[in-house]
Amino acid sequence: MSARTRELFALIPVALLVTAGFTAVLITNSDQLGNLSVFYGGYFLALCVATHIVIRIRLPDADPFLFPLVALLAAFGMVMLYRLDEGLARDQANWFVLGLVLFSATLIFLRDYEALERYRYSIALAGIILLILPRFLGHETNDAFLAVDLGPITFQPTELAKICIVVFLASYLNERREVLVVGARNIAGVVVPPLKHLGPLLVVWGAAMLLLVFIRDLGSSVMFFGAFLALIYVATARISFVIIGLAMFVVGAYFFAHTAAHIQQRFDIWLDPFNDPGGSGYQLSQSLFAQADGGLFGRGLGDSLVQLPGCHGDFPDRCAILPAPHTDFVYAVIVDELGLFGGAAVVLIYALIAERGFKTAILAEDGFSKLLATGLTAILALQAFVIIGGVTRVIPLTGVTLPFISYGGSSIVANFILLALVLMVSDKARRRVRREGEAAA
Amino acid sequence: MNRQIVKLFGFILVLYTLLFGFTSYWSIFDADSLEANNANRRPLLEEQRIRRGTVFADDGRTQIAVSRPQGQGNNQIYVRHYPHGALYGNPIGYSFVERGRVGFEQSHNDELVGNKTEFLSVLDELQGHKQEGEDIVSSLNAEAQEAAVNGLGGRRGAVVAMVPSTGEIKAMVSIPEYDPNVVRNSKAFQRLNTDDSAPLFNRATQAGYPPGSTMKVVTATAGLDSGELSPSSTFSGRSPIEIEGVPLSNSGGEQFGTIDMTTALTNSVNTWWAQAGEKLGNDTMFKYMDRFGFNQKPQLDLPGFQLTSSGVYDGARLLDASDRIDIGRVAIGQERLRVTPLQMAEVAAAVANDGQLMEPRLWSKVIDPDGRETKLDPARQSKVMSEDTASKLNTMMQSVVREGTGTAAAVSGIDVAGKTGTAELSPGVNDAWFIGFAPATDPKIAIACIVEHTSGFGGPTCGPIFKAVAETILNGRTG
Repeated sequence: MSARTRELFALIPVALLVTAGFTAVLITNSDQLGNLSVFYGGYFLALCVATHIVIRIRLPDADPFLFPLVALLAAFGMVMLYRLDEGLARDQANWFVLGLVLFSATLIFLRDYEALERYRYSIALAGIILLILPRFLGHETNDAFLAVDLGPITFQPTELAKICIVVFLASYLNERREVLVVGARNIAGVVVPPLKHLGPLLVVWGAAMLLLVFIRDLGSSVMFFGAFLALIYVATARISFVIIGLAMFVVGAYFFAHTAAHIQQRFDIWLDPFNDPGGSGYQLSQSLFAQADGGLFGRGLGDSLVQLPGCHGDFPDRCAILPAPHTDFVYAVIVDELGLFGGAAVVLIYALIAERGFKTAILAEDGFSKLLATGLTAILALQAFVIIGGVTRVIPLTGVTLPFISYGGSSIVANFILLALVLMVSDKARRRVRREGEAAA
Repeated sequence: MNRQIVKLFGFILVLYTLLFGFTSYWSIFDADSLEANNANRRPLLEEQRIRRGTVFADDGRTQIAVSRPQGQGNNQIYVRHYPHGALYGNPIGYSFVERGRVGFEQSHNDELVGNKTEFLSVLDELQGHKQEGEDIVSSLNAEAQEAAVNGLGGRRGAVVAMVPSTGEIKAMVSIPEYDPNVVRNSKAFQRLNTDDSAPLFNRATQAGYPPGSTMKVVTATAGLDSGELSPSSTFSGRSPIEIEGVPLSNSGGEQFGTIDMTTALTNSVNTWWAQAGEKLGNDTMFKYMDRFGFNQKPQLDLPGFQLTSSGVYDGARLLDASDRIDIGRVAIGQERLRVTPLQMAEVAAAVANDGQLMEPRLWSKVIDPDGRETKLDPARQSKVMSEDTASKLNTMMQSVVREGTGTAAAVSGIDVAGKTGTAELSPGVNDAWFIGFAPATDPKIAIACIVEHTSGFGGPTCGPIFKAVAETILNGRTG
């Protein structure tokens, strides 16, 4: 069976799941929701099949499981949003379509992803501009500058910036990894990279600090820096570089945490969310209460308490018992409704996506491809960890989206472009493997 | 690089294992304590979405507490409403998300919201049933409540009426009263809470009053049932005499010769009963007080914090038979004795029911959403005295109403048995009591009445209230 046929078959359970999910929500809330849910499954399947055809034409050898796994997450997200509010699900469906369009456009117009290497400094510059854009054009939410207003829609540039930064790092580290390793010196038992090659890496550290202080976005900062350390490690095989980087980040974060009350507070809430459960600790304590409410199997789709009874207002901006149930805290709602099983399923899907992504990196032949696939996979996997970890109190809570599940156009669109790049790497690598296999036979 | 990539994947898996571990902790292992966390309003909010059962008066029609839907669909909630305002205020209490619950609404919460065992609720959920509250028919009688409120006529005090054979409470009134509907409002609640007259305080079950001469019924029971005394036992009725070295007088300084128990009860002769109490001693007195339900929380279906034990207090401490107590004065309802109106209704009810004290109850019937009924199965709290003792006491108490201090309680056409009490708090300021039951030959209702801080005496003050409530119940269809 060819890779693409496998992919097509893998999409069928996804469509069944999305139909079942929508139907379940509809049955529970039939008095409130329109009767169009049953068609969602078919509509969703049609979109996926259309995208599948594009992949079949452009990337016939690409990994067969990545796209269905992502579609599964998207379906999960759509059902949860539909359960929260029909309007949110409709918006998200539109973003989903746009994401697939840009995904296809990336496959069609970017004939060869290796061309990106030539523009790495332009791409890096674009990434940095995207990062600081919200400070100038954006507005403040929760003390952080996360979004840019573009007429009627808001746009979160960090989502796109993460791709730019990873492309740059993959390219840069691929070229310099030899000198970084060879020139490294042993200073007092610690292997330190040569100073003259350290400059651009200090820039990355600076960018992460900039994010922290200027944009006040701890989540993105952790995610970027994490991906950076992952790439340094894979490129140089020196764990000491990772430790140095980590130390720099922690020192920087510690220093800036004391200058930015916002970050200090995040830590305090993390250490004791019940200290002020009605005020600063409200979000996190409500998140934990929602998960406790779910238990092993959850309350069932549509059956948990998300809206304050008797409250009238625009849900979910107002009247939500758990704030931001469609974005930051969507994981808590999933655990509430589908229980530990639902939450574990989501984490497992991300783990499987990571596995396919890293597999792609291993199969790839050249350094840039390897590092690109590694970086993109790592940043996606870390993003999921940062937000789920925040919601479950593993780490301090920071506001990043849950990839492919959270409500939000920028996130969906950027992550589909990210997926397109990983699939392009995969196609090239697997085609080579297939041809080698054919030649041997 | 491949080795590093595999290690990186391993690291990601470790991170994800942490996510799984923490999710398990919150959703399973720590779930109970999170659910019990004070900041967690989910349980309360969830309950708002359940139609809370209706509380009916004893006729099964008059609505005491109803839940009204507000909003629609998933956003629908139910808000409690009390159609009769203050009439049932204290025993029934209230239930609001903003204010919590008290009274009957609290003690019967599980039935009213339809909480069941875990197994049954899982079955219900599988069948797609929404949780629904059960209706409760309370034992309270609308007319009897009104008669008691009208009888007290705004004077501070309480009335408790109880069916001797079943323990059902037909009337429970505490004045000043309050309207549970207004409790939802924070300011109104604040006002009620700080009001000097303590309207939120259920005098019928929470207030400890000196029982005065109504206590002589307990002393008589102890004397007769222990065999130490009989209706014809005699003591001197002269006044004053020394009890525990302190002179004790009869009401109005009235003098009596050597008289028997019937005469002493009919005329409420303090000196006679104080000597009887001293003869019986601490042990016998406490034995019978305990049988009547003193020295423990009343076994009524109200929350524990709204029930007060009756007994001899030293400050907040309940004394027992081994403590130094002026038992002669306990026998006539003085000393540091404090009793609730409910307790004195139980005393009357025990005599009325041939010596058997039934557990007092505010509910009669629970009706589940499918219409299945569970009726109260009356339970005996204790056998206080022999049938013979009860019969002798009954006869003597009839004479109190026929020719003694309690003539104001007489109901035309039927025999009434009772006992008055006047606890003098300071010169001219009394707590006026009457306890009794009717008809004496076949008791249908036992009633305790108290009016606080009045210049009047027990018989003239509370007798008419007893009469009004008793007549209402005996004439009513449900009586």
